[in-house]
Amino acid sequence: MSPQSVEKLKEICKDVRADIVRMTAEAGSGHPGGSLSSVELMTALYFNVLKHRPEDPSWPDRDRFILSKGHVCPVLYSVMARTGYFPVEELLTLRKLGSRLQGHPSYKALPGLESSSGSLGQGLSIANGLALAAKLNGKDYRVYCLMGDGELQEGQIWEAMMTAPHYKLDNVCAIVDYNNLQIDGKVEEVMGIAPLAKKWEDFNWHVIEIDGHDLNQVLAAYEEAKQCKGKPSVIIANTVKGKGVSFMENVAGWHGKAPNREELEKALAEIYGREN
Amino acid sequence: MSVKMLPNRDGYGHGLLELGKTNPDVVVLDADLAKSTRSDWFAAEFPDRFFDIGIAEQDMLGTAAGLALGGKIPFVTTYGVFVAGRAWDQIRTTVCYADLNVKIAGAHGGISVGPDGATHQALEDIALMRVLPNMRVIVPCDAIEAKKATMAVAVVQGPCYLRFAREATPVFTQEEDYFEIGKANILKEGSDVTIIACGPIVYEALLAHDRLKEIGISARVINMHTVKPLDREAVLKAAAETGAVVTAEEHQIFGGLGGAVAELLAQNRPTPMEMVGIKDTFGESGPPEELAVKYGLTAKDIAEAAKKAVARK
Repeated sequence: MSPQSVEKLKEICKDVRADIVRMTAEAGSGHPGGSLSSVELMTALYFNVLKHRPEDPSWPDRDRFILSKGHVCPVLYSVMARTGYFPVEELLTLRKLGSRLQGHPSYKALPGLESSSGSLGQGLSIANGLALAAKLNGKDYRVYCLMGDGELQEGQIWEAMMTAPHYKLDNVCAIVDYNNLQIDGKVEEVMGIAPLAKKWEDFNWHVIEIDGHDLNQVLAAYEEAKQCKGKPSVIIANTVKGKGVSFMENVAGWHGKAPNREELEKALAEIYGREN
Repeated sequence: MSVKMLPNRDGYGHGLLELGKTNPDVVVLDADLAKSTRSDWFAAEFPDRFFDIGIAEQDMLGTAAGLALGGKIPFVTTYGVFVAGRAWDQIRTTVCYADLNVKIAGAHGGISVGPDGATHQALEDIALMRVLPNMRVIVPCDAIEAKKATMAVAVVQGPCYLRFAREATPVFTQEEDYFEIGKANILKEGSDVTIIACGPIVYEALLAHDRLKEIGISARVINMHTVKPLDREAVLKAAAETGAVVTAEEHQIFGGLGGAVAELLAQNRPTPMEMVGIKDTFGESGPPEELAVKYGLTAKDIAEAAKKAVARK
């Protein structure tokens, strides 16, 4: 795929945001908050960073993406549809009986998904395994793994944080969507994870901190991670939960709630009406 | 009669070594128990294909899942209680839901870990693994069968759980005996009652057969090395032909081999049945042979259960 300009990516991000609110509204459930905070990270990744062939999802040399925070699959399904894995119209089947777009990603249901996920904390380990397999097989694909900040409370993440540098997995790029909110409220009030960058540094990761909504910073971070040799990289992306929809921004309640018809119209007007 | 004694985890170690030579895709992971599980034999021969993940079973399962997604055949190894219990959600959601080609070996199953006590005795692992869709559950009876099972799971596609005991137990099968996943082996023919067993306790079932013969009861003995998929045909045929069934396993009587056989019979051919196993309790420290007596897992207990089952016909 040929890379898009930042201006073009900004336009695509609007469509992805619109997909997220439309899909969850149509489903009557789902997770718009964390999906919206990951839009720039995911759009840049799928359109400009990943080496992949949406028309040939099992191409052996493709880069791999693992969605560890499986509940934000609306954003993943949207960028997959918009890069050509399946028709955009199919997005509206989210969470419905018989749909390939399960409420949390199902590896067996949809070609192009690299793993099932939904029980939090498991993605980084899978990414490590894929990265080890690449090294064993002499392949140069990279493995990306998106995690939530609340998800970092799972112990398995810290196990995997030890494993990747131990085996010098410089083909792993972890991404933390640091939006500071989880279901029960602010991350620091539920169970603090700060200072986050220092923790990853102490585990011997190459840490890149950015504004996760600034596409220039996002693209630069992916490039920097790619250049880092001998150890894995983590992009800590500071984001806003519900980004782009004013009444969802920074409101924990929008973690797992779908907009109603009126809220949907309001959200779409905002997404297409104002510059991000 | 002197019987050769070996721990069936040795069979696992030998199986891995063989696989290392013949299948370059086989990789092995352990969680700081490589010496106990015998995966250190593979590590010594094939260091580039061995990964110690440290004391981190959940990460080990996830890493294995990734390796499987990358085309490898990972064998993950640790004590049964830690892998089946602690990493159950990883096995369920990451491995089984996606039907990934991950092989899981649970060592130190049953009470044979002895003096370590309840924390290290896997008595629930068969039940935990059996309930998962796509999972196969194999419980070899001795070191020879353990090696065959290890080789066999590398060939089938999808998740498999292999269970081994700690202690040296009688080696009573032969190299040339047929082994196929999902196909029970009938070790003794009989017409009055059928004893269905898995793991090293199969040997006790054979001794029970001899005891029963002395009092005129003809017992069929089935080595049900594959608990899932259960060999339905062998069980239903045995129930039809002998009219009474006893299961024997070094595991809780709930949810394991006994549960599997009971589910099948209740739905297809209700048959008087007795279950030999751990009766809804935790184990304790002690020499394995004394524990076997305390918890009713000896040939004598199996024979008593068989008499009860026959009386209920």
